Amino acid sequence: MDLRRNRATMAKRAIVGEKLGMTQIWDESNVAVPVTVLRVDPARVVQLRTPERDGYSALQVTYGHRDAGKLTKPLAGHYAAAGVEPGKRLLELRLEDISEFQVGQEIAADTFEPGDVVDVTAISKGKGFAGPMKRHNFKGQGASHGAHRVHRMPGSIGQCATPSRVFKGVRMAGRMGGSQVTTLNLEVVRVDTEQGVILIKGAVPGPRGGVVVVRNAVKAPTRSGGES
Amino acid sequence: MKPTDLIDESSLRDDVPDFAPGDTLKVHVKVVEGNKERVQVFQGVVIARQGGGLQETFTVRKLSYGVGVERTFPIHSPIVDHIEVVTRGDVRRAKLYYLRDRVGKAAKVKEKRD
Repeated sequence: MDLRRNRATMAKRAIVGEKLGMTQIWDESNVAVPVTVLRVDPARVVQLRTPERDGYSALQVTYGHRDAGKLTKPLAGHYAAAGVEPGKRLLELRLEDISEFQVGQEIAADTFEPGDVVDVTAISKGKGFAGPMKRHNFKGQGASHGAHRVHRMPGSIGQCATPSRVFKGVRMAGRMGGSQVTTLNLEVVRVDTEQGVILIKGAVPGPRGGVVVVRNAVKAPTRSGGES
Repeated sequence: MKPTDLIDESSLRDDVPDFAPGDTLKVHVKVVEGNKERVQVFQGVVIARQGGGLQETFTVRKLSYGVGVERTFPIHSPIVDHIEVVTRGDVRRAKLYYLRDRVGKAAKVKEKRD
């Protein structure tokens, strides 16, 4: 039995947002707090994923606006069946319990309130083909002592005649970034439903303009977030 | 305009006087001692202004009992009660870091006369 997995709970609340960038605000003790600004357009529920039919529970949602004429016919039919205005894209929010949600319902920024602990998931910035120092935090090699053109090389990647091969999974240079990253246990600093933005303390994965999913923290150490 | 500017707007101060490197300022700083708050004055020469928008800071240098003391304040920081410009300085640089290596009369900034 995997204990670690049991300790985490399923998310109960989630929203979709767009990363606008970072700035800072002053807290009540006049200390500058670094915050990431996320724009949260109300997400519209398009479809419910139920354990009976789909094997898991989730909400399929969309947000923003898209010209109805620019949709493919299957997609237009999908939106029409739900009776929901077409949005920028469809994505799913995995939640523990979706019994309180109906198709067409809107999920807005006020899902969260200041002080909540959240997890933020997004596609990280692509770094291209990166060497082992950048990709795996290898130390590289000496600048001198006879080092010749090997300053940022990985060094040894294994043994000799035994096993006379390189083991699978050895960390090397390669494509870095552009993968899904979740940052755990960030604090919601401010929620502004008027402007439709939420401010989250600290950095969030992905570029400005990237789509992020915010959910209540599933591995929160102690207080708030997971109301269990 | 950056999309985050809308968030910054509420934190920006509009009572910051116009000042430049070389000017002598009295910065009235709020100091919290225990649960009492009082205002302390930090007077010195502005040796740098750096950054922009909400992140802009300025550095003030003074001599305290023969020891150089520098403090850097965010311009829009709420710990700054208010800023008073004492004199305008006549300088040719944006960053007056050379004052750190000088003592006595050489460390003085000429006053601007117009």
